[in-house]
Amino acid sequence: MPSDHELALKSLRYRRRILQAIKHAGAGHTGGSLSCIDILNVLYNRILRITPTTAKDPARDRYVQSKGHSVEALFVVLADRGFFADEELDTLCQYRSHFVGHPTRKVPGVEQNTGALGHGLPLCVGTALAAKMDDSGSRTFTLLGDGELAEGSNWEAAMCAAHYRLDNLTAIVDYNTLQITGRTRDVCSNEPIDAKFAAFGWAVRVVDGHNLAQLTTVLSSAAEVGKPTAIIARTVKGRGVSFMEDVGKWHHGVPNDVEFAQALREIDAQLVAMERIPA
Amino acid sequence: MSAPARSLFSPAAARRANQLGLKLGRPNLEEFADTLLGLARADRNVIAVTSDSRGSGKLGPFGQALPAQIVEVGIAEQNLVGVAAGLASAGKTVFAVSPACFLTARSLEQIKNDVAYSDNPVALVGISAGVSYGALGTTHHSLHDLAALRAINNLEIIVPADNFETREAVLAAARLGRPVYLRFGKAPVYTLHRPDAVFEVGRALTLREGCDVAFLATGETVAHAVLAAAELAEQDGVSCRVISLPTIKPLDTACIRRAATECSVVITVEEHMVNGGLGEACAGVILQAGARPVFKIVGIPDEYTVTGSQADIFAHYGISMEGLAATARALLESRSASV
Repeated sequence: MPSDHELALKSLRYRRRILQAIKHAGAGHTGGSLSCIDILNVLYNRILRITPTTAKDPARDRYVQSKGHSVEALFVVLADRGFFADEELDTLCQYRSHFVGHPTRKVPGVEQNTGALGHGLPLCVGTALAAKMDDSGSRTFTLLGDGELAEGSNWEAAMCAAHYRLDNLTAIVDYNTLQITGRTRDVCSNEPIDAKFAAFGWAVRVVDGHNLAQLTTVLSSAAEVGKPTAIIARTVKGRGVSFMEDVGKWHHGVPNDVEFAQALREIDAQLVAMERIPA
Repeated sequence: MSAPARSLFSPAAARRANQLGLKLGRPNLEEFADTLLGLARADRNVIAVTSDSRGSGKLGPFGQALPAQIVEVGIAEQNLVGVAAGLASAGKTVFAVSPACFLTARSLEQIKNDVAYSDNPVALVGISAGVSYGALGTTHHSLHDLAALRAINNLEIIVPADNFETREAVLAAARLGRPVYLRFGKAPVYTLHRPDAVFEVGRALTLREGCDVAFLATGETVAHAVLAAAELAEQDGVSCRVISLPTIKPLDTACIRRAATECSVVITVEEHMVNGGLGEACAGVILQAGARPVFKIVGIPDEYTVTGSQADIFAHYGISMEGLAATARALLESRSASV
C-alpha cells in the first residue's frame, strides 16, 4: 500500500496525466476529472480489492463511475494500476479506439458503461444486493456528481438501498457545486444533500474530497450496520490548476497551448516541491 | 372487479379453431411465471425483479415459494432495470418483470445503456403488452416497444405466440445469457404448435404452408392469422402460408424472403403500431431482397387508439380472423385487377 507521501505524489502525477490526455484528445471533462481524482486515487490505491489479475473475480469489490464524463480521471488511475498500458491513453476519443469519451467495458477495469447520468447508483444497488445474496463480502462504490443528483433515478435507488439495508454500498458525491450551466444551487438546488441522504435512511459523512488522509479514513472505516453510506466529498472543480479552480467553463474546457503549458508548470512546481520532501 | 373480458375470438373464429383442433391454453403470462418458478427452484441464482408488479406478473407463487429470489423495488421502473443489470453483472440470471408500457418507455435509457450497451444479460419481461390493458387506455398500452427496442444494439426481442413459444423463450433467455426482451399478453391463447415443434431464437416457425398469401405474424396475433388462413382456404380456395415470428430481432430473414418470393401477397400482423414494428422490419428485408409482393402491414394505426377491450381494439383494426381474411381478399383482388 502506498505511503501518504507516495499517494500525494500520485495525485499530482494523475492531474498531469489527465491534462495531457485531454490536450492530446482535444476533448474531455477537465474540471470534474480534477475534482474527483483524489477520491479515485484513494479508492484504487488503498481501498478497492481489484487488480488486473482479479478483475473477473466474482468476489472483487466494484467501482462504478456514475459521473462518467470524468472518464479521464478513471482511465489515468486504471493505467497506473496496470489495467492497460499508459500509452493507450493517447488513443482517447480517436477513431476506432476503445477509449471512448465515457467509460466503457471494452477498457479493462471498467465495470459498467456509464455517461448518461443517474445510472450508477441503481447498478450498484444490484451488485451490492448480489454480494449480500452470495455473502461474498464484496463492497460496491459509486461516484456521483452533485449536479447528477437531479436525476430522479438516484433517489429511487437510494430508497431501495436503504430498504435492503445495503451496508456494503458506498456512494461518494463529488460535491464540487458546479455543473455545466453554473452553480448547482442556482441551476436547480438539490441542497441539503446530506440531509436528503439521511432522510432516505443512509449513513452520511462529509469529508474534504482533496484530503487523502480523510478520504482514507472514511472509506476504510466500517459502515453503520444495515445502512448504505453516502460520503459527501467537498471538492473544487478544476482543483490543482489555479485558473481552472471553481470556474464553470472548465467543465469540458480543453486548454489551449498557453494554458496547457501554464497548467503543467503549476503542477510540476508542486511535484518538485513534493519530491523534495522526504518520504 | 372488472367485467369478464370479451373473448378475442368471435363465435365463428372459435368454431374454426375447434374445427382445426386448437385447444385454448392459458395466458402466456401464467406460462412464463410457472416456467420461471421452475427455473428458480432449480437454481438459486435465478432472480425475479419486480416493480410492484408481482401480482400482474403472476409471480405471487414465486414470491411465496422463493422470497430470497425476488427483489421488489416498488413503483420505480428505472431502478428496476438498473438493479437488474447490476445483479446480472454479478452473475445472477435476472428476469426484470414490469408492464411493458412502463418498462420500455420510462426505463428506456436503462435498457439501452445498463442492459444492452453494458452487455448485462437481463431478461426484460414486458407483461400485459400491446393493448392487453384495453380500455385502461394509451398510458397502459405498449405500441411503441418493438420499434424503440429494435433500434437498440445488442438486444434480442422475442414475442411468443402461445404457451409453447413462451416456455421455450423463457428457457432460452435463461440459458443464453444475453440481453433479451420478452413480451407477453395476459389473455388465454390457443396452442398453435405441435408437441414436437422446435423453438430456436432467431428462427421463424411455419404453421401452415401455402403459396397465394403469406401471413407473417408475431405474438398473440398469430392465432388470428391461423384462423384466417383456414377460413380463406375453405371459403375461397386460397392457399395461405402462416409463419409465426416469435423473434423480432434477430429476424429470420431467409424465411421472410422465401415467403415474399413464393407468395404473391404478404400480410404482416402485429399487436403494435404500424410504425417501426414487425411489418416495417419485414418490408426492409423484402425490399432489399428485390422481392415485390403485394404487401400490407396490419397493426394499430398511428392514431388515437380507439377505446375498448383488447378484443374490441383487435376487431376495430382488423386483427381478427374476419378482418385478416377481408384484408387478404382485398389484396388478392387488387392484385388481379392490376395484372
